[in-house]
Amino acid sequence: MRYLPLTEADRQSMLAATRAASVNDLFRDVPEAARLSGPIGGLSNHMGELEVERHLGAMAAKNLAAGSVPSFLGAGAYRHHVPATVDHMVQRGEFLTAYTPYQPEVSQGTLQVLFEFQTQVSLLTGMDVANASMYDGATACAEAVIMANRVTRRKKAVLSGGLHPHYRDTTTTDARFIGFDAVALPADPTGVEDLAAQVDDKTSCVVVQNPSVFGQIRDYSDLAKVCQAKGALLIVVVTEALSLGLLTPPGEMGADIVAAEGQSFGNALNFGGPYVGLFAVKDKYVRQMPGRLCGETLDADGRRGFVLTLSTREQHIRREKATSNICTNAGLCALAFSIHVSLLGEAGITQLAQLNHAKAVQLADKLAAVPGVEIVNDGFFNEFTVKLPKSATAVVEALAERRILGGVPVSRLYPGAMDDLLLVAVTETNTESDMDAFATALAEVLS
Amino acid sequence: MSMNSQGRPSAIPAAGVADAVTGTFTGNRGLQIEEPLIFEQDAAGRCGVDLPDVPKVAARLGGVKPRAKVGLPGLAEPQVVRHYTRLSQKNYAIDSGLYPLGSCTMKHNPRLNEKMARLPGFADVHPLQPLSTVQGALELMDSLAHWLKTLTGMAAVTLAPAAGAHGEMCGIMAIRSAHEAKGDTARTKILVPESAHGTNPATAAACGYAVESIPATADGRVDLDALKAKLGPDVAGLMLTNPNTCGLFERDIIAIGEAVHAAGAYFYCDGANFNAIVGRVRPADLGVDAMHINLHKTFSTPHGGGGPGSGPVVFSEALAPYVPVPYVTHGVDGFDLVENAEDGPAFGRMKAFHGQMGMFTRALSYMLSHGADGLWQASGDAVLNANYVMARLEDVMTASFEGPCMHECLFDDRFLKGTGVTTLDIAKALIDEGFHPMTMYFPLVVHGALLIEPTETESKASLDQFIDALRALAERAKGGDVAYFQGAPRLTPRRRLDETAAARKPILRWTPPVGAEALAAE
Amino acid sequence: MTVKYTKDHEWVRVEGDVGTIGISNFAQSQLGDVVFVELPEAGRVLEQGKEAAVVESVKAASDVYCPVSGTVIEANQALVDDPSLANNAPESDGWFFKVTLSDPSQLDALMDEAAYAAFVEESH
Repeated sequence: MRYLPLTEADRQSMLAATRAASVNDLFRDVPEAARLSGPIGGLSNHMGELEVERHLGAMAAKNLAAGSVPSFLGAGAYRHHVPATVDHMVQRGEFLTAYTPYQPEVSQGTLQVLFEFQTQVSLLTGMDVANASMYDGATACAEAVIMANRVTRRKKAVLSGGLHPHYRDTTTTDARFIGFDAVALPADPTGVEDLAAQVDDKTSCVVVQNPSVFGQIRDYSDLAKVCQAKGALLIVVVTEALSLGLLTPPGEMGADIVAAEGQSFGNALNFGGPYVGLFAVKDKYVRQMPGRLCGETLDADGRRGFVLTLSTREQHIRREKATSNICTNAGLCALAFSIHVSLLGEAGITQLAQLNHAKAVQLADKLAAVPGVEIVNDGFFNEFTVKLPKSATAVVEALAERRILGGVPVSRLYPGAMDDLLLVAVTETNTESDMDAFATALAEVLS
Repeated sequence: MSMNSQGRPSAIPAAGVADAVTGTFTGNRGLQIEEPLIFEQDAAGRCGVDLPDVPKVAARLGGVKPRAKVGLPGLAEPQVVRHYTRLSQKNYAIDSGLYPLGSCTMKHNPRLNEKMARLPGFADVHPLQPLSTVQGALELMDSLAHWLKTLTGMAAVTLAPAAGAHGEMCGIMAIRSAHEAKGDTARTKILVPESAHGTNPATAAACGYAVESIPATADGRVDLDALKAKLGPDVAGLMLTNPNTCGLFERDIIAIGEAVHAAGAYFYCDGANFNAIVGRVRPADLGVDAMHINLHKTFSTPHGGGGPGSGPVVFSEALAPYVPVPYVTHGVDGFDLVENAEDGPAFGRMKAFHGQMGMFTRALSYMLSHGADGLWQASGDAVLNANYVMARLEDVMTASFEGPCMHECLFDDRFLKGTGVTTLDIAKALIDEGFHPMTMYFPLVVHGALLIEPTETESKASLDQFIDALRALAERAKGGDVAYFQGAPRLTPRRRLDETAAARKPILRWTPPVGAEALAAE
Repeated sequence: MTVKYTKDHEWVRVEGDVGTIGISNFAQSQLGDVVFVELPEAGRVLEQGKEAAVVESVKAASDVYCPVSGTVIEANQALVDDPSLANNAPESDGWFFKVTLSDPSQLDALMDEAAYAAFVEESH
C-alpha cells in the first residue's frame, strides 16, 4: 500500500518494543464483540492510481463542465477566470499540508497570508477590520446575525427579501436552535421593500444583500442611518465579491458588519464548495467577532512577525462561553482569494469589475430584444433577473439540451414560486459569441 | 474566578530576548528570505493580469455610485509568484516532516486526490446546474455516503456540514429535533466529559443546552457511575470522544451507550479520533446515534493551513430522519437532490449549496486508493506507531495513563518537575530539531499535556529520529539547561513572538503609513 | 476597613457600605499577562457567586465572580485602558469594580488575608 511506509519487519520489531503480541492485541480495550476480524465487507480493496483515475474520471465525465459550453449561472457562485499562478501557489505543500498556525515560529507564511487577506477584505468591503475567513458566505451571514444579537442584546433579526434563500435558511436554522427571531421578508426581485419600516427597538439587525439574489443593487446609506438611530446593526451580505471592485462599498454606506462569499476570487465552482466566507466589522466590534484573527507583533529579536490573536474568544479556550463553535477557517480558499486579488491589484480589480458590468449590460440588451423577454432590474452588477413568457425551469432544460447553461430558474431557490423568472449572470469568461448563442437559443426555445 | 490551571505560560522568558542576530546586510539567511507585505511592494498602475478592454456601454447601476478606489497594491506576476513562494518557505508542513499534533491526524496528503478534485467534470460544475447535467457529481456524493455508512455501520449520513465543529452542530440539532418530534421538551442538558475538545461544550451551548461536565477516572476514562448519576429525564444527550482525547479507548463504551439510551437520551460521538479505528471497529456496534467524521483528518484531505474542512455526520436509525438538506436520493431518472426542507422532518439548511464537494472528491479518492484492506492496515499502523512512541519514551517522560494507547499517546509535565523547563519550552526546542511540536496543554485533564499523534504515514526511521530527539531534550531539561530551552527556537524565520503585545493592542491589518496620502497627492 | 477573600481568588475591600472588588495576586500569577478585561456597567445588580466580569490573558479567559451581592456603582476605567494593572497592582490600582453591598453579612463567611494565604498554600 503506497501510503504506508512500515515494512513487516518494522512492525515486528516495533511490536516487540511495545510488548504487545500483535497489532490486534493493541486493540484489546475495544469490546471484543465490536472488533471486526478482518477488513470490512461490502467495500472494494485497494487500487493503484490508474484505477482510481479511471473510476473517478468516469464519474466526472457524466457531468457537463460549465466551461465546456456557454454558461450563465450565478446565484451565489460565479465562474471567473482564475490565473494559472493561483492554483500553482495553492498546491505548494508548505501551504497545502500545513495545519492551523498555532506554532507561529514555523507558520509565518500562513500567518502573513492571513494578515494580508484580512487587510484585502477590509479594503474591499470598506470596513475597519476583517477576520481570517469563515466556512462560506451563508454561514458568515448567520454568524453575523448571532454577533449582532450579542452586541445589541436583542433577539430579532430582519432579513431582506433580496437575501439569497440559502443564506436565509442557514440563518433561520440557527434562529430555531439558538433561540432568536429571524423575520424573513417576502421575495423582492426589484428592490422596493421598505426595510426601514421593519426596524423597531427590539431589532438587533437588518440583513440586506447587495447586489440582491435577484441582481438588484441599491444604496443602503439611508437604511444605515435608520438602524443606527434605533440601535440596530446593518449587516450587508455580498455574494459576488467582484462587485466590490465597482460599487460603493458597504463600509461607506454605513454597514456595521459585512458577511460575504469570496469564491469569485481564486476559487473554482466546485459544485458548491469549499468556498470562503468573508467577515468584516467596524473596529469597536472586534472582540465580539467570531472566527480566527491574525495580528502583528514582534519576536524575541525585535523583528516584525505575526500570531493568531484574541483567541480567548474562541471555543478551545472559552468552551461553552465561546463567541461561536467554529474552530476552523477556509485557509486554503482564503489563500487562493488572496493570491488572485494580489495579481489583480487596484488596476486589475477595477477593470475586471467594469468588464463584468459592461458585458452584463450588453447581454441584458440582447435578451431584452428577444420577444416576450423583460429585464426586471433597473440597476445591477453582473447578474440580473429576466421575466419569461414560459416556465424558466422548462426553458433552462431546453437550453441545456442545446448545450447552453442558461441561468438559474428562480423557482430552484423558491420552490413552487416565480417560475417565470430566470437569473442570468455574465462574467469575463463569456464571449460575445456565447451571448449571441444564448439570445438566439432563447428566442428558439420561446417561439 | 475560574482559573487557568493548565500551567501554560503566556510571556516570553527574559532569557529568550535578543541573542540571535543574522549578521547579514539584508536580514536574509541563505534560503530564508525576508519578505515584506504585498502592500509594501505597491506601484500604481502595475498589474499581474492582462484583461481585454472594457466595452463602451452606459452603466446601469440604478443610482448607486461607483467607488473611487479600493486601495489595493499593484504587482506584476513574477513579484506575486516570488512573494507567495517566499512565504510558503516559512511554513512547516507534512510534506516537510513529522507533524505529530495530537487529535489533528496530520497524515500524508496524496496528490492523486488533488488531481481528481481538479478534473473539470468536478471542479468546473456550478451547484445550480440542471440535475441532468450533474449526475456524476451526485453519484460521487452517493458513493462517498456508501463508504461512510459502511465504515461506521450507520443508517444514514449527511454530507452538508463544512467542518468538524459544524458537524457537531448538525448532530446536536438532529438530537434536539428528534426529542421535539416526540414532544419531549424537558431535556435541557448535554453531558460532556471534562477531557472533551472545546468545540463540544461550545456546540451544546450554542444549541441552547446547559453543559454538565462528567469527571474522569484515574485511568483516563469516563466515570461510568458519575455519568449514570447525572443521567435523567432532563438530559438530551451525551457528547463523547472515542477514542478519547487522552488517546484511550473507552472500555465501558457499550455500557455508556446503554445507560444513555435507557435514560431516553442520545449518544453523540465526536469522531475526531476515528483514524484509530477506521475499518476495524464500526461506531454503530458501540451504540452511537450520531458521529461527525473529519474528512480532513481520517480521510487525508489537506488541512490547508487551517481549512477548508468537511464534517459529514452519520446517524443511527433513530436519528436518520432528522438530517439537514440537501441530500441525494435515487430517483426514477437517476440521482435526485432534495434541496428544500419544507416537506418532511429534515431540520433545515446549514450552509449554501451542497457541502464541501471538493473535499468529497479527495476523500473518496483516498478511500478507493486504500480500500477496505488498506484502511485495516492503516488504522493498525497508526495505533502501532503511537504505542511504539509511547513505549520508547515512557522511561524518560511521564506517560499520563497506562497503555495500550490508540492512535496517540499522552504525556504530562511531571518529568519536568523542578527543572524550570515547561511543556512549551520542550515544544519550542523540538522546532529547532526540525519537528513540528506535539499538541500542548490539551487535554485539560492533565498538567502540561504533551499529546503525540504520529499517524500511519510515518516510517520507523522518522519515528526513531523524533524519539531520539525528544529523549535528548528530556535529558537536557533534567540536566538543568533552562536557558537553552527558554531561548528556543533559535533557527526559525522568527523566534518566540510577543503574544501579549499582540492581544493588548491588536494590529489586525496593514494601514498606509501616515503621510502617504499627502505624499501621493503632491 | 476590611479585606476579605473568596476561594475563587477574588478579594473585596469594604469601606462603609461600598465594596471594591478585584482578583488576588495569586490569581494574576496563575493567569499570566492580562490582556483584556470586561467589567460590569454601573447600575447592574450582581448576586454573590455569579459571573460579574471577564479577565483574559493570552491563553485563558476567566470569569470573575462577585464575592458579595450588590449594585455596581463604578467600573475601573484605568484597568480597561491598561489591563497590565491587573498584573502589576492586582490588589490596589488594578481593582475591577465597586458595589454597594446589599447584604454585608455575606462577608462573614469569606476568608481574611491569613486564612486565604493558608488556603492558597494548602490547595496549590
